Amino acid sequence: MEGLKLKLDDLQRVAEHEVDFQRAYKYRINVCCSSGCVPFGALKVLKAFEDAVKEFGVDKECKVARTGCIGTCSVGPAVLIEPGDYLYQSVTPEKVREIVRDHIVLGLPVKDMLYKNQAYFQKQHRLVLRNAGKIDPSRIEDYISAGGYSALAKCLATMTSQGVIYEVRTSGLRGRGGAGFSTGQKWGLVARAQNFPKYIVANLDEGDPGVFANRTLAEADPHAIIEGMLIAAYAVGAQKGYIYIRSEYPLAIQTLQKAIAQAKAMSLLGDNILEMSFKFDLELRFGAGAFVAGEETAILASVEGQRAMPRPRPPYPANSGLWKKPTLIQNVETLANIPLIVQNGGLWFTKIGTSKCTGTKCFSLTGQINNPGLIEVPMGISLREVVFDIGGGVPDGRKFKAVLVGGPSGGCLPDTLLELPIDYDSLTKVGAIMGSGGIVVLDDQSCMVDTAKFFTEFCVDESCGKCTPCRAGLARIKEIFDGITQGTGKMDDIATLEKSGVFIRDASLCGLGQTAPNPVLTTLRYFKDEYLEHIVEKKCKAGKCFKNEKEA
Amino acid sequence: MSIGTVKLKIDGVEVTVPEGTMILKAAKDNGIIIPTLCSLEGLTAYGGCRICLVEISGSPKLFPACITSVSTGMAVTTNSEKLKEYRKMAVQMLLAERTHICSVCVADEHCELQDMANQLGVDHVMFERNWSRDEIDSTHDFLVIDRNRCILCTRCIRVCDQIEGVHTLDLKLRGKDSQVIMDLDEHWANSCSCTSCRKCAKVCPVGAIYIEGEPIGHTKRKDIAEFILTRRNRK
Amino acid sequence: MTTTGKVRVATIWLSGCSGCHMSFLDQDERLIDLAQKIQLVYSPIADIKQFPENVDVTLIEGALANEEQLAMLKTARARSKILISLGDCAVTGNVTALRNAWHRSDQEVLERAYLDKSDLNPQRPDQVPKLLVKARPLHEAVKVDFFIPGCPPSADLINYVLTELLAGRTPNMEGRSKYG
Repeated sequence: MEGLKLKLDDLQRVAEHEVDFQRAYKYRINVCCSSGCVPFGALKVLKAFEDAVKEFGVDKECKVARTGCIGTCSVGPAVLIEPGDYLYQSVTPEKVREIVRDHIVLGLPVKDMLYKNQAYFQKQHRLVLRNAGKIDPSRIEDYISAGGYSALAKCLATMTSQGVIYEVRTSGLRGRGGAGFSTGQKWGLVARAQNFPKYIVANLDEGDPGVFANRTLAEADPHAIIEGMLIAAYAVGAQKGYIYIRSEYPLAIQTLQKAIAQAKAMSLLGDNILEMSFKFDLELRFGAGAFVAGEETAILASVEGQRAMPRPRPPYPANSGLWKKPTLIQNVETLANIPLIVQNGGLWFTKIGTSKCTGTKCFSLTGQINNPGLIEVPMGISLREVVFDIGGGVPDGRKFKAVLVGGPSGGCLPDTLLELPIDYDSLTKVGAIMGSGGIVVLDDQSCMVDTAKFFTEFCVDESCGKCTPCRAGLARIKEIFDGITQGTGKMDDIATLEKSGVFIRDASLCGLGQTAPNPVLTTLRYFKDEYLEHIVEKKCKAGKCFKNEKEA
Repeated sequence: MSIGTVKLKIDGVEVTVPEGTMILKAAKDNGIIIPTLCSLEGLTAYGGCRICLVEISGSPKLFPACITSVSTGMAVTTNSEKLKEYRKMAVQMLLAERTHICSVCVADEHCELQDMANQLGVDHVMFERNWSRDEIDSTHDFLVIDRNRCILCTRCIRVCDQIEGVHTLDLKLRGKDSQVIMDLDEHWANSCSCTSCRKCAKVCPVGAIYIEGEPIGHTKRKDIAEFILTRRNRK
Repeated sequence: MTTTGKVRVATIWLSGCSGCHMSFLDQDERLIDLAQKIQLVYSPIADIKQFPENVDVTLIEGALANEEQLAMLKTARARSKILISLGDCAVTGNVTALRNAWHRSDQEVLERAYLDKSDLNPQRPDQVPKLLVKARPLHEAVKVDFFIPGCPPSADLINYVLTELLAGRTPNMEGRSKYG
């Protein structure tokens, strides 16, 4: 089918053909081969399944598919057998024969190996990750058969660009990159700008430690990103787009490259898309491993080939972005929502989440928690539900202590805030941020001073060095932490930390500096007693600090 | 074509300036000096030092005056207690960042950072100071760079690129480790692009780049970029 | 204040060049006015062996460079109501702190001075007090109430701060001091 120039009406036919093709199989075995499961041996498991179905002679009724992330990263490799959505956990090549024999040949699922924690999925709402783990990301036909590119076709055939922007604005979708700016409003700004050409940049530079939502999306469903970009391009009048991806994501890069090539071959990218007078070209640009390059103006500099250093705003990229032309910058998660909004209408989207924050958000759940992994939940869900119902609480009978929401520049929230609904405004109010969607759970063995110090160190290393508060200020904060955790802390340090933290937050140039003091300020706000304990008693209950002294 | 004008208030004084003027310039043209370190007339604005932050009524945010343009009806405050406090903080962070010892520095009494500290009443640094030991490059015939005194304002980089047009200077590394380098991190004597024009030394606000054996007051010429630009544009 | 009605003032000379004390003396005839109001209870320019109790104002010149000085500084802090860092060495570390950029500068500075650079009879001195790893400004070790920066601070500035304090006002350093 590749190399076929699709026309508008052909999409439906491709989808039907593919559905028929897949229906020929009685079973579909989805083996998660994302970056999470591959280190556990997912590729060997995939091979074992391919061999086993042949061995048992069921290869005609059984399709073995290499898919993206299924979501249970802690118990990989994960395998999903359809129909019935039987999810097998920690599959090894040795167990594969047993699964094929019992489940496929005899029709008896192997209960011992099934994933039992149903709550993990019950409270989730998978929109962005709708196809993750279900389709083979390396086949564009899989995506089309799941309804892919039909939203683009709908736009091109029946909607004006204003109509698309209207739906997106109605949906209330806000940027998933962290700041939460209204997507519809941003599109309107770029569409209105009278300066050509215009550009689109998809942000896939996920630099936060412990955050992997964008990577997973690109690995599992690359075409959703491409379709979102196409629709955005149609709406704002852009003809050239870049996906800015960090080079630490080789599998995602490979997947995206393949997807772009397929889309080009099928006339879904390039000149005359779907034989319509719509033109859009897409390129990948690679980041060189700087956290700050995820900041929207730093991305611009990097795509242009300069040092990834942020620029002051205004002028906003919507008016003066790439090469001083109007540029739409969106996180890939935002873009993946777009096809659904176009397909189902903006109003449909407002029914998910809360009235001010519609839709869902992907979170990378890590730290001291029973079920780490990638989850997607409706906005407004409480922290408690995420940590305890979905995450399964803290392991080994330990006590929950705090949860860090929003990556390295997020806020450390104590148990008293567990009922807090997760949305942009509530999080900001308590000193945390949505950020890139990192949730790190800390148990009673972690020291909050040490945690704040760790994340400050991260931001010191990642500061680009352009503005004084972030470059010079964070380094001083880090030194104060060194003192406190090595026994030379003074009472004045608390005031100094607070004063400089507030200054760095207010005076820094870009989002990195403005949010970097969050871990410091929130731990000071909610866990001051631990600072006092370190400074006055020179003690660390968790036993993380004062290590150097003991050795000396 | 006539350029429109904009009316706004700076520190309560009503002023009228051409459209597109930056707050810093609008204030200066009306006799209000907003302190700054990285900004220099004739060079593109950088927005890095954060000394020129001002308040604009109606917004909780602070805006760098060097890079925020005026708009009608804007009310700018340039010198509130909070801004003073923040400027002091920024200066202290700069002083604590590398080895700034005025008494042994060539730029003593000709140093914008020192002047700024004095003006703002910074009588000590609340942070423990970092004692850097960065490379001093004196290989050039007469230009010397002492990176321990550098405040990373990038004036030298901008003047080299935008006025001299050679772009010998740039930054390497990032964050607190950032360093001004010549070409691809060559010693200055080995730089094949440097024209030895001295503009970097003329605009350096501190004693990081200087001319060996020349009194610093003689070297410094902060209007050099503006001066050359106006001469160039004169037909 | 004691029964004499005079403010008890002390001055201390730590690791500095004594220039700040010279500047203090440069107040010239104003010293006579000052002498009406203050009593010098401890100073390198007065022959007093022990740092006394109940001092109102102590001016300290020089950076904190060795353990003996640290003990002295702590005593002064404990016995003084107001402690003032006098001059850049006390305020920033200044020249004394130039050694700080070296790794383990307390060792290296002695080696450089007494071994590497000695013309005859190189030997490590064992009579001097133990150096601190880094020479520090005073406020990194104890609470300091006022700072008079400058290398040296001008006599006018010293006089201004003292006059203000004697009048019970808080000196305002904005635009007055000369950093460095």
